[in-house]
Amino acid sequence: MRRFLQVAWLVVRKDLRVESRNKEMLLTTLFFAASCVLVFSFGFVRGGEAIDGSASGVLWITIAFSGTLALGRAFERERHHDALRGLLLAPADRPAIYVGKLLGVLLLLAFVEALVVVMVAFLFRAPLFRHGWWLLTLLSLGTIGFASVGTLFSAMLLRTRSRAVLLPVLLYPVTIPVLIMGVSGTFALVQPEPDLALARLWASMLVFFDVVFLTLALWTFEPVMTE
Amino acid sequence: MNKRAFPALIGLSLVFFGVAPILIVRAPNEQEMGLIQKIFYFHFASWMAMYLAILVLGISSALFLFRRKPSADRLAVAAAEAAVVFGLMGLITGPLWAVKSWGVWWTWDARTTMAMILELILVAYLILRAYGGPGSDRLAAGLGMFAMANLPFLYVSTEIWRTIHPPTSVVPQLPVDFGLPLWWSVAGFIVLCLALLTARARLEEERATLDRLYLALEDE
Repeated sequence: MRRFLQVAWLVVRKDLRVESRNKEMLLTTLFFAASCVLVFSFGFVRGGEAIDGSASGVLWITIAFSGTLALGRAFERERHHDALRGLLLAPADRPAIYVGKLLGVLLLLAFVEALVVVMVAFLFRAPLFRHGWWLLTLLSLGTIGFASVGTLFSAMLLRTRSRAVLLPVLLYPVTIPVLIMGVSGTFALVQPEPDLALARLWASMLVFFDVVFLTLALWTFEPVMTE
Repeated sequence: MNKRAFPALIGLSLVFFGVAPILIVRAPNEQEMGLIQKIFYFHFASWMAMYLAILVLGISSALFLFRRKPSADRLAVAAAEAAVVFGLMGLITGPLWAVKSWGVWWTWDARTTMAMILELILVAYLILRAYGGPGSDRLAAGLGMFAMANLPFLYVSTEIWRTIHPPTSVVPQLPVDFGLPLWWSVAGFIVLCLALLTARARLEEERATLDRLYLALEDE
């Protein structure tokens, strides 16, 4: 177990070091997320008032869109100089490599979400911080669910043609339940009369989906990545 | 795949589908919904066939992924296509029934949402198989397992949430007059599904043989 975590940490550190040198993924994803929220605000905010209930939807759709962008890039990088082969040839557990990549994506998405939450709260006048801890819980659970499937799929897609197109095509149908739960849970928090019991129900459903997705991903990563 | 299985299965399904209309017409009309309720006999049956196809898809995907059996992969393709077709039948008969009994074509109820999501995953599977190119078979197997993981959620969706869609638990409690034509149709759809699976898997097998022969010819 210690070795597993060690390998995962090494993969995270490698990704962080690459990222700290050019900041390409962080900056492009942040910029994309910001423009997404702006585009949505042109569509859903009229005269300073957001359309009823649109804030929670915009929040999660933006996370899904920018998450897809980040996931595509996270493994594209491993294609240069056949880095993926090197990574897979390393005498380490394959699931540990998966967990390392997943943690890197989660870290990146945490930055994106911090920006998106502030922007949505500001542009849509949504009381997102009223139950800040609950929002944080929903966001973390939802992002884990989304990224656990996304990391697996984008790793698998590395060897196929038309990767960029296929990632969203495969990822969205599978992760729709997570997005529905995230949106519904967030909506329960920001509506005029917050319904914490409902938010808790959606959060517990998210935990359930996260467990299923993570188990399946850890289970299938090894055979799928073996040539 | 056994060559003789297909004619036998398709013949049997013809018998089922030949008799089914008679049984369905003879079944009494439901008190509230009347004639429109009869769509149920094919609606429920097509979902049962889809469940079966997805089970086959998930299990054969796992077999292909962990045991590396090429025949399992061919069966998975067949099962995915059958599941899409039967799912589509469910998604068409559902709204036809809903517009008469609920007054709307479609509602984002837990059961209908899960059914739509599952259909989307299956279509994504077929898109991946069609455009993924070499190496996509293993990824497709992973996706097939994710599709199967959704089945329990689809099944319990009406039990967890109070939804407009009737729960699955009403089916075993049906009186015999309704139950006989229903289970007859279900049997018909399942036999048809098995017939399609054998035919489609055999087609894939022939295709693989042809590919092998081409390669052997090129090598000479």
